[in-house]
Amino acid sequence: MNAIADGAWQAYGLVASGDTRLVGIVLLSLQVSLTAAVFGCVIGLPLGATIAVTRFPFRRGVIVVLNALMGLPSVVVGLLVYLLLSRAGPLGSWGILFTPTAMVIAQTILITPTIAALSQQLVADAWQEYREQLRSLGESRLGAAMTLLVDLRFSLVTVMLAGFGRAASEVGAVMIVGGNIDGVTRVMTTSIALETSKGDLPLALALGIILLTIVLALNAGAFVIKEAAQRRFG
Amino acid sequence: MRAPLTLLPLALASVDYATATRRIIRGVSTRIDAGPRTVILGPNGAGKSVLLRLCHGLLAPTSGAITWNAEELPGMPRRQAMVFQRPVMLRRSALGNVMYALRHAGIPGYERRQRAMAALARVGLEAHAGSPARVLSGGEQQRLALARVWVLRPEILFLDEPTASLDPGATQEIENIIGALHAAGTKIVMVTHNLGQARRMSDEILFLYGGRLIERAPTDRFLRQPASPEAGRFLEAQMPW
Amino acid sequence: MVKVRSALVAVVILCAAWVAQAQEKFITVASTTSTEQSGLFGHILPIFEAQTGIDVRIVALGTGQALDLARRGDADVVFVHAKAAEEKFLAEGEGVRRFPVMYNDFVLIGPKGDPAKVAGSKDILAALKAIQGAQAPFVSRGDKSGTHMAELELWKASGIELDKVKGPWYRDTGQGMGPALNTASSMNAYVLADRGTWLAFKNRGELAILVEGDKRLFNQYGVMLVNPAKHPSVKKDLGLTFVDWLVSSAGQQAIASYKIGSDQLFFPNATQPGV
Repeated sequence: MNAIADGAWQAYGLVASGDTRLVGIVLLSLQVSLTAAVFGCVIGLPLGATIAVTRFPFRRGVIVVLNALMGLPSVVVGLLVYLLLSRAGPLGSWGILFTPTAMVIAQTILITPTIAALSQQLVADAWQEYREQLRSLGESRLGAAMTLLVDLRFSLVTVMLAGFGRAASEVGAVMIVGGNIDGVTRVMTTSIALETSKGDLPLALALGIILLTIVLALNAGAFVIKEAAQRRFG
Repeated sequence: MRAPLTLLPLALASVDYATATRRIIRGVSTRIDAGPRTVILGPNGAGKSVLLRLCHGLLAPTSGAITWNAEELPGMPRRQAMVFQRPVMLRRSALGNVMYALRHAGIPGYERRQRAMAALARVGLEAHAGSPARVLSGGEQQRLALARVWVLRPEILFLDEPTASLDPGATQEIENIIGALHAAGTKIVMVTHNLGQARRMSDEILFLYGGRLIERAPTDRFLRQPASPEAGRFLEAQMPW
Repeated sequence: MVKVRSALVAVVILCAAWVAQAQEKFITVASTTSTEQSGLFGHILPIFEAQTGIDVRIVALGTGQALDLARRGDADVVFVHAKAAEEKFLAEGEGVRRFPVMYNDFVLIGPKGDPAKVAGSKDILAALKAIQGAQAPFVSRGDKSGTHMAELELWKASGIELDKVKGPWYRDTGQGMGPALNTASSMNAYVLADRGTWLAFKNRGELAILVEGDKRLFNQYGVMLVNPAKHPSVKKDLGLTFVDWLVSSAGQQAIASYKIGSDQLFFPNATQPGV
């Protein structure tokens, strides 16, 4: 319990002092995870919606695999992306291993299945209600998928937050493809892992508290915006 | 210059519709022409809603053919429309929902907005143009559904018990709008279980029983003197006395 | 629409950052967790960067992993502490030349309660035998690191065949030095550590240095440029600048000046023969 109190106190101290290294680490974390969340949504939302409203062979198998990929371990993704981007690997000539770009790629791969699987379920449920009316209005299946994504935007905010949360909280993928290089690829989660392994538990806790507070603030902000918009649009 | 082909007449030839467990529509053959308002009557489970959906293309017949006079091209605004018992509105404003129907019309945004507003005015909802569609009452949403139809000026409008969930006041308003659509040239094909409404709103009746088209006659004659025993029993059961 | 726009903005920002990185002078150095966690790099790298303008990016792994990383061409320089493994690396043609840089020593850490009664001994082999005999809990890194390889060599030298006597007392954690120390601290177990990491370690619990000073606990660090003939992507000139600096008097002085409190952690010995 003492360690947590220590951590909380240190967290306050770090934030109040505006420690530049901390600011850099926080900004990098947000940059990487928010970018991955954006890409994950750009790919995952239309993918999930399309699977929900179209018919194709092995459709149910695809849904099962997509749902299973939600549990993809982050270290596995990190390892696979590392093998791809390593100089010895197929994309080695891109030279992006141990950069934030590689971290964004790994996190995007990690969270896209979650976003796709959850949006697939939401759109499929809504499709039951909307199907006849949308087809009556002459909407194609793909057009209907996009219309439903827009109509379900409030529920989808939660899906997007789930994707971002998974990205911001994971350490396995960014550790392997980023290398936790000080000042270059060190993010909140890898810092916490490093300080823990150095035995500096109060500092690790402090960083953890700061990370949680930031994610909480982002979620609160999203919630408020969603509520306000919902009141306007029903 | 040739006038574009009309969708109607619609020809049904030995149309069957069966699910895994039973046959819902059996061998229906008929022709739907432009002009008279058509009402489909019949007891519960007769297959009226299914027949409507088959005509509109929401369901495909398991055998037989449903043939329009002309093809509708994909990507063009629809020349048919349907209004359901419970309207399905998008999470947008009333105006937004009506404008949605025009998205394939190939007209610029400003004109879409104007036409949508005119349609809203026609059904008496212009004051609610900016309101979220989903907070409107049942009657208002049904009127909105008709505004969405109005803005397309379709050749044919299918209606599946459009006033079954509404109170008499709202029902009256809906019937007025349907009448206006008909006057403007849209063919009406409606399913109802309300005989009074059938009398008010139709020129001819298609009577469906057990999935078969038993009788077809002008409304007055059908209601006074049905030719088939099933129709006779049906009408008797509907009378309150 | 908003989503597409912010996606494009994100792409542009990333590209700008990526381009900026690509233009910076930097090298990737594969080194060990023990060196990084001791805080040495935080001390000497700013000196090097101020002098040369080259950004040194340290990827910290176990020695075995660091060498494997270099074998895949993902590092320009390796800076590790397991002579046998380094010489194998050279023999494979993966490295250009090995330069000794500095040394420190290993220490045997254990609980103050000391169930195997080894405190104060100067004989590491006898101490290990005592620990095995007493079946006292012992934490091993088990991760092909320099420390792990040194630990295995010491067990062998003491005549113990680990595979035969391994039991619940021998905890093979597969972790870096810091986590292994954390584990030892929470289990009150013995663990072999390098002095640098131990001095920087804060979560000591009941642990303390019990055995030190045995010549066999000597721990030599070496640096190698990864062979650009085998891996064309290696930054030969920048990497050589770093290697040369480490063994130069400026680099050696920087290493010697790193202290925690009054304890010096690493002892430069680039000019010492035969290490």
